[in-house]
Amino acid sequence: MDKKNVVCFPQFANYACAFRYMFEKGFEVDYLVPPTMTKRTLELGSKHSPDYVCAPFKLCLGCYIEALEAGATCLMQIFGACRLNYYGELSEQILKDLGYEFKMFNMVEINWHSASSIMEHFRIVNPDVSVVKVAAAIPTMLKIIQTVDKFDDFIRHNVGFEVNIGDFEDVYAEFLSKLNKLESKKELKKLTREYWKKLNKIPVKKPSKTLKVGMVGDYYTVQEPFSNYFMERELAKMGMEIYRKMNFTSTIIHSQFAKRTKLAKKYIKFNIGATSNYTIGEAVEFAKNGVDGIIQVKSFGCTPEIDAMPILQNISRDYKIPILHFSFDSQTSETGVRTRLEAFYDMVEAKKSK
Amino acid sequence: MKIGIPRALLYFKYEKLWTTFFDETGIEYIVSPETDKDILTAGERLAIDETCLPTKLLLGHIEWLIGKCDYIFVPRIHYSNGYDMCTKFLAVLDLVINTFRDRDVKFLYYNVYDKKPFRERKAFYKMGKFLKIKRSQIKFAYIMGRQAQMYYDMFRYDEQEKQLNTTKNKVLVVAHSYNIGDGYVGGVVVDTIKKLGCVPIMAEYANASECIKASLNVSRTLPWAYNKHLLGAIELYKDKVDGIILFTTFPCGTDSMVNEMIVRKYKDKPIVTLTADTQNGTAGIETRLESFVDIINFKKGR
Repeated sequence: MDKKNVVCFPQFANYACAFRYMFEKGFEVDYLVPPTMTKRTLELGSKHSPDYVCAPFKLCLGCYIEALEAGATCLMQIFGACRLNYYGELSEQILKDLGYEFKMFNMVEINWHSASSIMEHFRIVNPDVSVVKVAAAIPTMLKIIQTVDKFDDFIRHNVGFEVNIGDFEDVYAEFLSKLNKLESKKELKKLTREYWKKLNKIPVKKPSKTLKVGMVGDYYTVQEPFSNYFMERELAKMGMEIYRKMNFTSTIIHSQFAKRTKLAKKYIKFNIGATSNYTIGEAVEFAKNGVDGIIQVKSFGCTPEIDAMPILQNISRDYKIPILHFSFDSQTSETGVRTRLEAFYDMVEAKKSK
Repeated sequence: MKIGIPRALLYFKYEKLWTTFFDETGIEYIVSPETDKDILTAGERLAIDETCLPTKLLLGHIEWLIGKCDYIFVPRIHYSNGYDMCTKFLAVLDLVINTFRDRDVKFLYYNVYDKKPFRERKAFYKMGKFLKIKRSQIKFAYIMGRQAQMYYDMFRYDEQEKQLNTTKNKVLVVAHSYNIGDGYVGGVVVDTIKKLGCVPIMAEYANASECIKASLNVSRTLPWAYNKHLLGAIELYKDKVDGIILFTTFPCGTDSMVNEMIVRKYKDKPIVTLTADTQNGTAGIETRLESFVDIINFKKGR
């Protein structure tokens, strides 16, 4: 009998636990939680990528290489609305040229209207896949994603004001490591209840008036802390309350697309591609709710987000709200990011105290 | 009423369709002049730094047209030949509306928003209704425009097929129509090739549906219609040409990935990648093309 496949998907925020559950319980194969991204990941990725492809591609490619070194045998890539649709095939080609041997589970290739096509691609992961088990694992996977998002949101609003620094991170890391060993839905319920209580018990000293900042940006960069140079952590250190609407729950599970497009109607008539409608809708919502500043993070050359920039500037003029644009590439320096953030903080604070 | 058509982006793809449509419906129109330094500088000033060169040129041409006409024609096209377009073409209308928000500019558009057959014709009906033209007249003008475009494309294709029989060196120029068609951006490539005694074969002139079919043999999941067209043209012409030039503008999102794929798939042909920027002089491109032609000659043993 063949050995079991070891599946891997690049690091994407904290969703590895959900993917792990899906593959280990649904597809009954092993899942490799990808090694934490480091400078080496980015260097490896940039070395083998085309020059001006967007940064998420470089990070994904670096992550694939590190995962293959760690023993992965099957790589997964999802589909989207922009260049993401071509990630799978190009990274497969590059890795094959480098001499790695692996299988590619590329979701772009699946024709979702045809059962035989779906089965054919599922069999790449596991030749004796049971559709019943896959279907049974999906609700729990979605539940895990929602739980992670709920925890993330809570931490984002409060982490800047914790009394003992590091409390939130410790509890959350413990929770995630428990999630990575999850066996059933029942256990998830128990764990969630336990750790939600723990999180709420952490001492927080929140002043009555805080500086609120909203984050918008392209799908990967805004969600994956490594790709935006841990911006949320930096902002929290300065004592800001961070708001971010973009996550799996608000885009895939309970899509807010129609709502965001409606909010953005004053500025855009049509769907302007990928996540730009979310970006603009969220920015309008933040501006209406009285956020003190908006930060747009994107990877260099991200076409949909570049198209959104003139519109964001109009929003900034209309609502008198400062917007800071960040464009990340493999060369961005951490100090530069911090300096710009500090200047932004000073400006927002001066504007607020006026 | 007077319509202004910017000589940028999709103009190079749909030139005959648009001009014939407006001719047949009797609407006066004006096309902006060939790109020059002033138009590029104006576009650069209006655009975000990171925006790709063709979009900067579009903004420059619109700037030139302001005040010379009542409506400026910027269509939005989501699908071409049943495949996705680059997200730029989805956003271009909203982008220009927002860029020129304070300038009292009115835009005329048609919107191809799904893959259904006849969507383009219906979009033209809608635009014609807005222009207060009779439906029968719109239908006639649209069909005439489509035919003009079709015959123009076929003519270009036939002319090119004849050139394939020459004994001179033939190089395939792989570039989007709005890059190579614009004299200010891509003119230097075509001129230099001719000056060096080679025949430029345009990937753009090949038959679109044949190319898209051929591209499926090379890349299964390539999403973008225009890149499929170019990739398919390489697949069809690869045995008939001596070298391939990949000409792209900085920072083209789709080309950044597809060109990498092309370089990895066609290893037995000499390939050179040229990137145009707003800053570029022509000397760099000329030097690289000269050495490229030397390589072709060396490979042929001349």
